[in-house]
Amino acid sequence: MPFLEVKEIDVYYGDMQVIFGLSLNVEEGEVVSIIGGNGAGKSTLLRTISGLMSSKRGEILFEGAPISRSEPADIVERGIIQVPEGRRLFTLMSIKDNLAVGAYSRRAEADAEKTLKEVYALMPRLQERENQVAITLSGGEQQMVAIGRGIMAKPKLLMLDEPSLGLAPILIKDIFETVRKIADQGTTVLLVEQDVMHSLRLSDRGYVLEHGRIVMEGPAKQLLEDPHVKTAYLGL
Amino acid sequence: MITILEDTINGILMGSIYGLMALGLTVIFGVLKVINFAHGSLLMVGMYVAYWAVQLTGLHPYLALILVVPVMYLFGYYLQDIVIKPIYKAEKQVREPITVIIVTTGVWYILDNLSLLVFTPQYRSLPDNPLRGKMIEIGSMLISVPKLWGAVTAVLTAAAIYWFLQKTRMGRAIRATSLDREAASLMGIRQYSIYNITFGIGTAAAGVAGVTIVPFFNVFPTVGVLFDIKCFIIVVLGGLGSIGGAILGGIIIGIIESVGPQFMAATWTEAIVYGLFLIFLFVRPSGLFGVKYDW
Repeated sequence: MPFLEVKEIDVYYGDMQVIFGLSLNVEEGEVVSIIGGNGAGKSTLLRTISGLMSSKRGEILFEGAPISRSEPADIVERGIIQVPEGRRLFTLMSIKDNLAVGAYSRRAEADAEKTLKEVYALMPRLQERENQVAITLSGGEQQMVAIGRGIMAKPKLLMLDEPSLGLAPILIKDIFETVRKIADQGTTVLLVEQDVMHSLRLSDRGYVLEHGRIVMEGPAKQLLEDPHVKTAYLGL
Repeated sequence: MITILEDTINGILMGSIYGLMALGLTVIFGVLKVINFAHGSLLMVGMYVAYWAVQLTGLHPYLALILVVPVMYLFGYYLQDIVIKPIYKAEKQVREPITVIIVTTGVWYILDNLSLLVFTPQYRSLPDNPLRGKMIEIGSMLISVPKLWGAVTAVLTAAAIYWFLQKTRMGRAIRATSLDREAASLMGIRQYSIYNITFGIGTAAAGVAGVTIVPFFNVFPTVGVLFDIKCFIIVVLGGLGSIGGAILGGIIIGIIESVGPQFMAATWTEAIVYGLFLIFLFVRPSGLFGVKYDW
């Protein structure tokens, strides 16, 4: 039984279909990338798994239980946590309060103090600035807070939506290194990215999403060598 | 000179009470992003609950808080849950759903007319309560005791709500929802239950305001209308969603109202107050403590 199983889902914005019969699996402990260009449906897929949007057809199972009709809060309680595109921090709250809200769910609340120490160990900069208001941080720092907030929720499956978006190359390296550490600590990661090189290098497997359909899947190494991926996404 | 000082002090006291009236409005706006047009009616309901609690028991008016706060909290909680929430759900994709504003207007008419049916248009007051007409003399100045009690209550209530929002788990969840409700729901926060709780808190604050004015003001079914426009102005002046701003905005309006008539006819005061308010909005549209950006 796969950890996360997406089966043949169709997703619409109003009347417009954006995801077509999409299926994918994530096994426990894996790092899986979903790569694709703008408008391929990557974010929509994550939003559907998180319960912010619902699929018209198909099914999503997590640890064997159907979640496609659950409320976002119930999906969070099951341990699926999304770090949304564009960070979406609580701009006028301090770093500390942002992280505290991350541990709002019942399953994360009890361990909040312990998890906070882990987050600070992973990203010491956040501790130095814990009382700073989120809006005053740089893009890279904001992304760190967003990831930290996600970890505070004690994810079994952490879904990251374009964590490298809009960051300088040196910061992108930092972010991917942090994701690597999170994965090494045993968290399953589903990574959506346009930075194909970095994300595939980090991943065990990958899916290529184009126009709402999976057009290719396989071990990350194999995708990196694939001629279509090379020309379309790596510019080689 | 002494009269101006006396008027200023009494203006500050009454203004704090105005701020307390506006507190619930600003809290509800901050989170639900809608102007609650029924706010004056909630104040009216709070006044009636306070009035009857005191009238039937003969206790000190402020003891009515024990009853008014939970009753009004539950009233607001279920009003949002049963009447307003379905509209939010139907307009899920809209950021500031206009329909909700229309619904709160409906609630205003329904509450005012229901209270007219039940309580008749009769003016009611608590003539024998221990605060009525009491004054403190400082030199040759007379300071109203019930207004002093009201002002202290206003500041304490604002401080309590501020503390709750800043320091508690639920308070943080409410602030998070107000800043980004989708990101909040990705952290496991249930948006609609936050809306219910916030509406409950705002309504309870209106109830507290009701308790503070009942000792010196008449209660009647349309009493809310006297205050709600004032509340809207205070909230915009102080900055929508700002708790300190509501109290400060209230105090400013209170001082102008009470000192103004010293210099001009009272009708002029109103015209000048609202004229100045318009000019102020040109200069600072987000109010004294409002946030300029919104994302």
